[in-house]
Amino acid sequence: MPKLYTGAEIVFKCLEDQKVKHIFGYPGGAVLPIYDELKNHSSIKHILVRHEQGAGHAAEGYARSSGKPGVVLVTSGPGATNVVTALTDAYMDSVPLVCISGQVPTHLIGTDAFQECDTTGITRPCTKHNWLVKDINELSEIMHEAFKVATTGRPGPVLVDIPKDIQFAKTKYKKLKKEKQINGKSNNNFSQKQIDQLIDLLNKAKKPVIYSGGGVINSGPKASDALREFVELTGFPITSTLQGLGAYPGDDNQFLGMLGMHGTYEANNAMHDCDLLINIGARFDDRITGKIDEFSPNSKKVHIDIDPSSINKIIKVDLAIVGDVSKVISKLNKTILKRKNGHSKSNKSNIAKWWEQIQKWRGKNSLNFVNSNDSIKPQHAVQRLYELTKDKDTYVTTEVGQHQMWAAQHYKFNKPNRWMTSGGLGTMGYGLPAAVGVQIAHPEKLVVDIAGEASVLMTMQEMSTAVQYNLPIKIFILNNQYMGMVRQWQELLHEKNYSESYSEALPDFLKMAEAYGCKGIKAENPTELDEKIQEMIDYNGPVIFDCHVDPNENCFPMIPSGKPHNQMILGPKDQEDNKIKGKGKALV
Amino acid sequence: MPKSKSAYSVPTKKEKSDTYIFVVWVDNEAGVLARVVGLFSGRGYNIESLAVAEVDAIKNISRITIVTTGTPQVIDQIKLQLSKLVPVHKVAEFKREDKNVIFKEMALFKIVGKKKKMEMCLNVCKKFDLVILDETKTSKVIQITALRRDIDKISKKLKPWGLISASRTGAVAMTRGAKIFN
Repeated sequence: MPKLYTGAEIVFKCLEDQKVKHIFGYPGGAVLPIYDELKNHSSIKHILVRHEQGAGHAAEGYARSSGKPGVVLVTSGPGATNVVTALTDAYMDSVPLVCISGQVPTHLIGTDAFQECDTTGITRPCTKHNWLVKDINELSEIMHEAFKVATTGRPGPVLVDIPKDIQFAKTKYKKLKKEKQINGKSNNNFSQKQIDQLIDLLNKAKKPVIYSGGGVINSGPKASDALREFVELTGFPITSTLQGLGAYPGDDNQFLGMLGMHGTYEANNAMHDCDLLINIGARFDDRITGKIDEFSPNSKKVHIDIDPSSINKIIKVDLAIVGDVSKVISKLNKTILKRKNGHSKSNKSNIAKWWEQIQKWRGKNSLNFVNSNDSIKPQHAVQRLYELTKDKDTYVTTEVGQHQMWAAQHYKFNKPNRWMTSGGLGTMGYGLPAAVGVQIAHPEKLVVDIAGEASVLMTMQEMSTAVQYNLPIKIFILNNQYMGMVRQWQELLHEKNYSESYSEALPDFLKMAEAYGCKGIKAENPTELDEKIQEMIDYNGPVIFDCHVDPNENCFPMIPSGKPHNQMILGPKDQEDNKIKGKGKALV
Repeated sequence: MPKSKSAYSVPTKKEKSDTYIFVVWVDNEAGVLARVVGLFSGRGYNIESLAVAEVDAIKNISRITIVTTGTPQVIDQIKLQLSKLVPVHKVAEFKREDKNVIFKEMALFKIVGKKKKMEMCLNVCKKFDLVILDETKTSKVIQITALRRDIDKISKKLKPWGLISASRTGAVAMTRGAKIFN
């Protein structure tokens, strides 16, 4: 007779089989049996957060920086509802998460029991799939399938809801079965013919541009290597979405910088004027495309993506290749090299004129800003942070807002998985807990959360987590006392009516740091900035860095509402000529 | 000054919407209908009618038939999004005008009134596989199977002649000939 295990034991046996090392969670009535079992599984370390949203974002940071799925454990009712923001965030940005939630005992489901909520109902639209386990005999299979669904195809969050009586019930454990096809949901059936078609397009192009996205990061480090080889082989310019930063070296000459609403002048103009656009693992997000009708009007468009539903969703493309980026690009590179052996004619000369044009756009120096000796400019602060940390293989997370865009513009990433930011959902409060998760995955590395003072207050309680586990995360707050991006839009679109975007009663971040038991550092003028940043880096422990920056600085360049890619606002001077009027306002 | 442009895309060139019928094979498990229907409402697609029942008790497969309208791009998206759902095995879609596919709906009508008017009702329904399910001196319950627009027309006609209650199914579909969907 085989040994019988309780549901709680089975949960851990599955986690062990899936090689899970860390889980982020918060206990409560409906998950107590699972928490009780924790002590018997020394290979799995539980990180106690201070709020379930923090657990979700920490697991996202963990997943994004390590390539492994993040695991979250929460209780029923409020535990589950608190994690919904993080699940939605992970769904939008394709981060693999497995969330295990406790549920009231089966016989109480539907009775409005204490801490009951319809968890699978609530999370259905923000997960790839979810399960309510009503039979103990299904638990092990569901757990394994959960990991499979979360990590295959386009990754994303899943949730397994386990009623308390199922956690106590006993059954046999079923080991992970190898490669059971689930409804053919993974898509990797591209053909050599498609690759050949793409190469024909490459050869004909005179004004090509590569637009790479988060799919390259999700496809693993090999995909970034393949992308670099592809860019080198073709000599094409490359731009990246917010999520794709780091897949291609940010300081390389072929890199045009980020594109989109706050992208560089050269990247957006290249997108607009190109004759061949190659989208690799991106999804034509509306922050990227601007006005759809005038999006890259004269180009042939190629889309490489693992998710068939991303193809033609927003922008119709001429050639779609559905597959894993890493596999597609490797195949592409091989074919290019093979063909080159036949006749070594490269089309790099075809695009020389295009590069000249790009250099002209570059001449605008669109990330430029007017520096100051009196106050710290936020862009300057990010630049100094970059200069002082670039040799350290630094991991950067951000919150959401102006500081996020400045970080994306001025911090140059050279490796994938070093940049964790909430792009799709735009979740303020993402960065601090994400930094906790990143530091757990990479205990020896420098982890910096480039934050805004408004965002960071949304999940500030996780500093307590950082202190508890001695996680030396650095919270680098660009403190301008405003919800900066809100204020910027109000300035541009609402006649400077700064409705509720100023925080009147900010806490003293130094005292806050002291209260949490970590180090606080404050910088108020440019002369002390470098020294203070160095102090932050050298300190072996968590730091809250309160960097007082110019409160009126705006984030440029910017594609204002109602304009296509080639009509950007470049800086304070340009603004006068580009006032946004009429209906466009309502649609930002 | 160009009119209404935006950082969010504006739907300018709207393509023509057509009516399509989706047939979806799913695992017959708890919540599967909610997943399918939630996808439609969450992404702003429209459902005109819906029919669902288990069709294979051994493999535990249900067949959902959904009538919807949308531009070709939206129809394409519906198909791809449905295919991504974990319990979905297969998705097929047809234009309503497709001659190779049979679409049928069923309706139950309760008619109350004088004999003469009831006769008129039965006459109108005759060519739609009329079945009389229940009769009393003053009432009849009848069943017809037809296309949606025919049922629409009939029920309108029957109203003044004593139709007091109507119950209708969504459309179900089947291809003609020996071929099956794939």
